[in-house]
Amino acid sequence: MFKFIVRRLLLLIPILLGLSFLLFIWVRALPGGPATALLGERATPERVAQVNAAYGFDKPVLEQYVKYLGRILRFEFGQSITLRKDVTDELLRRFPATVELAAAAMVFAVGLGIPLGFAAAKRERSWVDSTAIVASLAGVSIPVFFLAQILKWIFALKLNWFPTIGRLQPTRELEHVTNFNLIDSVIALDWGAWVDTVKHLILPGIALGTIPLAIVARITRASVLEVLNEDYVRTARAKGMSRRIVDRRHVLRNALLPIVTVVGLQTGLLLSGAVLTETVFAWGGIGQLLSGAVLDKDYPVIQGGVMFLAVVFVLVNLIVDVLYAVIDPRIRVR
Amino acid sequence: MATVQEHLQSLMGNRVVETAGSSLTRETWRRLRANRIAMVGGAVIVFFVLVAIFAPWLAPYDPRVNTWFDQIRPSSVPGPSREHWFGLDESGRDLLSRIIYGARTSLVIGIVSLAIGASIGAIFGVLAGAFGGWADSLVMRVTDVLLSVPSLLLALSVAAVIGQSQTAVMIAVAVPNIPLFARLLRSSMMAEREKDYVGAAVSVGIKRRPLVMSHILPNSLGPMIVQGTLALATAVIDAAALSFLGLGSADPGVPEWGRMLANAQRYLNVAPHLCLIPGFVIFITVLGFNLFGESLREALDPKLRR
Repeated sequence: MFKFIVRRLLLLIPILLGLSFLLFIWVRALPGGPATALLGERATPERVAQVNAAYGFDKPVLEQYVKYLGRILRFEFGQSITLRKDVTDELLRRFPATVELAAAAMVFAVGLGIPLGFAAAKRERSWVDSTAIVASLAGVSIPVFFLAQILKWIFALKLNWFPTIGRLQPTRELEHVTNFNLIDSVIALDWGAWVDTVKHLILPGIALGTIPLAIVARITRASVLEVLNEDYVRTARAKGMSRRIVDRRHVLRNALLPIVTVVGLQTGLLLSGAVLTETVFAWGGIGQLLSGAVLDKDYPVIQGGVMFLAVVFVLVNLIVDVLYAVIDPRIRVR
Repeated sequence: MATVQEHLQSLMGNRVVETAGSSLTRETWRRLRANRIAMVGGAVIVFFVLVAIFAPWLAPYDPRVNTWFDQIRPSSVPGPSREHWFGLDESGRDLLSRIIYGARTSLVIGIVSLAIGASIGAIFGVLAGAFGGWADSLVMRVTDVLLSVPSLLLALSVAAVIGQSQTAVMIAVAVPNIPLFARLLRSSMMAEREKDYVGAAVSVGIKRRPLVMSHILPNSLGPMIVQGTLALATAVIDAAALSFLGLGSADPGVPEWGRMLANAQRYLNVAPHLCLIPGFVIFITVLGFNLFGESLREALDPKLRR
């Protein structure tokens, strides 16, 4: 097991090296070069020359790349042009918001997706099944930024059940220890803030969770269908076990492997892909930071943000693979 | 990671499909015709393409003209009426005309980005699948890197570097497609290489180049067609997402579905039609491509035959 993890961690190195190389070239391909990227497009030639000397942009490219790698390894991405703050600090400060949102979305997706997919598989080729198939295709076809707006319009503006934007009512004071509002409100023993946080999480959680919901439902259906045809299921039935127990002990447990994997992969995507949902709900996580940075051409933030999220994505995928190997020993052999 | 993903892909039905000769094409077509979901999806696609092509004849007004600007108030934007079936937009332009021309924008972006993504991906895929060895490892590592960044994030950073324009959107939407097509073609060519007919061709002395180009490649294209249909769905949605985030054309007069939704945000309470109409149009178009693509995959896959 240890060897497996080490091997997978070593595989990360070429991926991250490659990505850092791409980002390095990217910023150098910009009109005006990296100094413009750091200073913004309206920088004076004198400032550009200053920065070029200070950062060593006038040195040979290879030397620059080595230095740049060193900075990335220490997770230094420099200052944001528009926010005038350290990029790494800003990313770390906002990350909990993104994690909280992704977690809410996954709770929604898994809580609904597994029962739906299971029901569809049990009644294969019935109307339940076809409805589930079409619904899951509809789920992946609906643009997140459209769904988010509809939810906001109906449930926040018309019915007034949920707040429209943000993570917490602005009037509420909460001491940010971890920046996870769900945890901070427990630390502060502020029950009201906790409920408020949950209320703020519901609409963005549903919006963000719809695509994973569709995918989880689909993979559950496919996986359960495959297991239902296994000999051991027939044997269990033949020896007179009740349908409920066969379903729970034999079918669902064996079908769970691919589901766990998909959930993991989707979590990785959500952590990095909440740009649209965060923008509609002014969530204040990394996604919103990035979409703003792209419009402002805030390259240090873009560079740092993409690198950070890619690392998170790759690490989550690694954890998924390790989990998979833990659950299914057959994988480790290869 | 490869093993897990391959296992998942096989579960999701993304199997490498056996294709051969015209009989299978006919068989596939017969199966598609019998599938109601496929026909619905196909109808949506045909309708969308026709609207995009004949936009100048179909649109009741010029999509750029804001003759009715005097009817727009911050607290009200006229909704659907007899003169304007979809109402006006927030700048006093006819929304129906903008939606119709927007289909043209989406179709062009979709086709161009698919062409770029699929052809570059195919080149990589053929290199890896036909030669194996170091070419294969190189392609796999490059695609590993590209796949380690989620597609919207990749598109976003590409668009950020190129700047605000429709060309940027096309390239940004195309880049995440490259590794997908490369991997797909590679794996289906690998599977094809093991077939008996390839062994037979080698034994009668056919050279590598014609073997790859006129035997293995044509037989490996089935999954590419399926992926192409599904990639068009993604292209429409991703292009809309980018223009929603403000990265579309720099000219606000250009009708883009995503930008319409972005502008609608401020009027969500007073004029929900500004959000609902373009949103549903994107949804239906993407759904059409997805329904057709999934049915095509099913029809091409003998294992899933009903």
